[in-house]
Amino acid sequence: MSVENTQPQVGDDTQQKQVTLKIWRGDASGGKFVDYTLDYLDGEVVLDAVHRVQSEQAPDLGVRWNCKAGKCGSCSSEINGKPSLMCMTRMSTLDLEEPITVSPMRTFPIIKDLVTDVSFNFEVAKKIPALQPKPREKDGTYRMSQIDIDRGQEFRKCIECFLCQNVCHVIRDHEENKPNFAGPRFLMRIAELEMHPLDTLDRRRYAFDVMGVGYCNITKCCTEVCPEHIHITDNAIIPLKERVVDVRFDPVAWLGRTILRRPKPTSSEEVIKLTPAGRSANTPS
Amino acid sequence: MTTLNAEPDTPVPVGIEKNRVRGGPPRSEILRRDKWWAQPLAIFSGLLAFIVYATWAALRNGHFYAGNVGRDYLSPFYSPCLTNSCTSNGYVWGGWTWWRLSPAIPILIFPLSFRLSCYYYRKSYYRSFWLSPPSCAVPDAGSTKAKSPRNKYSGETKFPLIFQNIHRYTWYFAVIFAGILTFDAVAAFRFHNGIGMGLGTLIFVVNALLIWAYTLGCHSCRHLCGGGLRTFSSANSRHFIWKNFVSKLNEHHQLFAWLSLFWIAFADFYTWLVATGAIHDPRFF
Ligand code: SF4
Ligand code: SF4
Ligand code: FES
Ligand code: FES
Repeated sequence: MSVENTQPQVGDDTQQKQVTLKIWRGDASGGKFVDYTLDYLDGEVVLDAVHRVQSEQAPDLGVRWNCKAGKCGSCSSEINGKPSLMCMTRMSTLDLEEPITVSPMRTFPIIKDLVTDVSFNFEVAKKIPALQPKPREKDGTYRMSQIDIDRGQEFRKCIECFLCQNVCHVIRDHEENKPNFAGPRFLMRIAELEMHPLDTLDRRRYAFDVMGVGYCNITKCCTEVCPEHIHITDNAIIPLKERVVDVRFDPVAWLGRTILRRPKPTSSEEVIKLTPAGRSANTPS
Repeated sequence: MTTLNAEPDTPVPVGIEKNRVRGGPPRSEILRRDKWWAQPLAIFSGLLAFIVYATWAALRNGHFYAGNVGRDYLSPFYSPCLTNSCTSNGYVWGGWTWWRLSPAIPILIFPLSFRLSCYYYRKSYYRSFWLSPPSCAVPDAGSTKAKSPRNKYSGETKFPLIFQNIHRYTWYFAVIFAGILTFDAVAAFRFHNGIGMGLGTLIFVVNALLIWAYTLGCHSCRHLCGGGLRTFSSANSRHFIWKNFVSKLNEHHQLFAWLSLFWIAFADFYTWLVATGAIHDPRFF
């Protein structure tokens, strides 16, 4: 076969398939969807196609990515309205007959085009006091049993793509809740610490009073979009809600603690002292 | 003790920025192209169908016991038997002769509160009845309209939804009811001339099994049996039950929620058919 024959011909069976990407272009001053039509190439993921738009048609297109392997969590976006990683969504799984919309995460402030400012999540992370480990054993080590860390290991798979934070209607649809609600990724972080065999801090009241676990209505969208398939709701948030019930809503548990003289649950004020804001308030200037 | 006030009166330990311009089209523009409405619609119809049937069954106040045709079948809607209407086999429980309304009413309060506060049913009715959210990345009803009363969202932090936190108490009663329905399944083997088994017996045995599978897969049960512990290594048997039994059932909680719901209505309907003489219950031995 000669080289010329591999070129697509009009009316030929091997005619090159075309796809249209509808990509959101804009910044804080406004934006709109712009259509880009390009050749469909077998085996591509959405991120590949977006990159080809960037190199062939729109060199100023803003898109964030790093690993192209679903591991860095940078390429989060909404593809045909579904929060997804661009690098893990195969073009072949989408309906190519119609334009494919690619838009930025709609819960965070826009920087440019597909790039959003996800610093909300970093601020929330600061609200969670780090592990407060118990004293080392006599030989200077820490020991943990495998069965004690199994649960937490599921949560360590998180790649911090923040798709769960983006889809969660508590802040997506109600901006005013942002200061009062940590979001699924960070409720999971608290659950992980509460299940940590070495940790000594009790964050249960704090989880309700400050991190807002009560806002979650367990409708499970975080679980639905998580690219790591972490059972965020079933294994982290609901167990956390049940722990909160122990210290806040269960009179029998309260009676039990009182009669058996068990330690009181730690107040939120105590936990706040361990956060950056609490620490700076306590440092004499 | 427990306060039912969720308003975080504690200071926010890290400042969170609000109200910056977001990317993408307005939230009112639903970009999902799949049939995102199909699941909430199906669940809405399924639950509504059950509500309609259960209302009829509960108000029927008749033909809930098949003793008149020689079968010890008691509809789960009317179990335990509170009045004196289940006496043909000496199957007397209550003696509530003063009770004028349908005996199903005081009974159904317990399973109803259990299922209403169940984490799975909460998800399903928050999505399909309350539309909060109807589906993932689809806005909460009213949240895109500035004037809507549904614009504010407090999740399960305020009255009345904060009472969802009593779920574990409804579970305690649910265990008692599962025991009663197990008794009914055993009683269904009792025929006038000794032990036997009819089609109805089989239906009641399956009913009891499904109720147990649903009740023991409950998230509160999962917490109480061991999930609430920080470390498992010092509680081997609880870990065993948590891991191999309750968590396994919990993974299929949604399935058992639907199967047991359907089957309870079916068991009632079958009892009604047999008791009214509409069909003859085939006897296997
Ligand atoms: S389950 Fe809770 S945290 Fe997860 S998306 Fe739904 S409301 Fe948000
Ligand atoms: S929990 Fe899942 S969806 Fe959320 S940030 Fe981590 S990997 Fe992403
Ligand atoms: S580029 Fe790293 S997750 Fe997509
Ligand atoms: S969570 Fe469904 S019954 Fe408890």
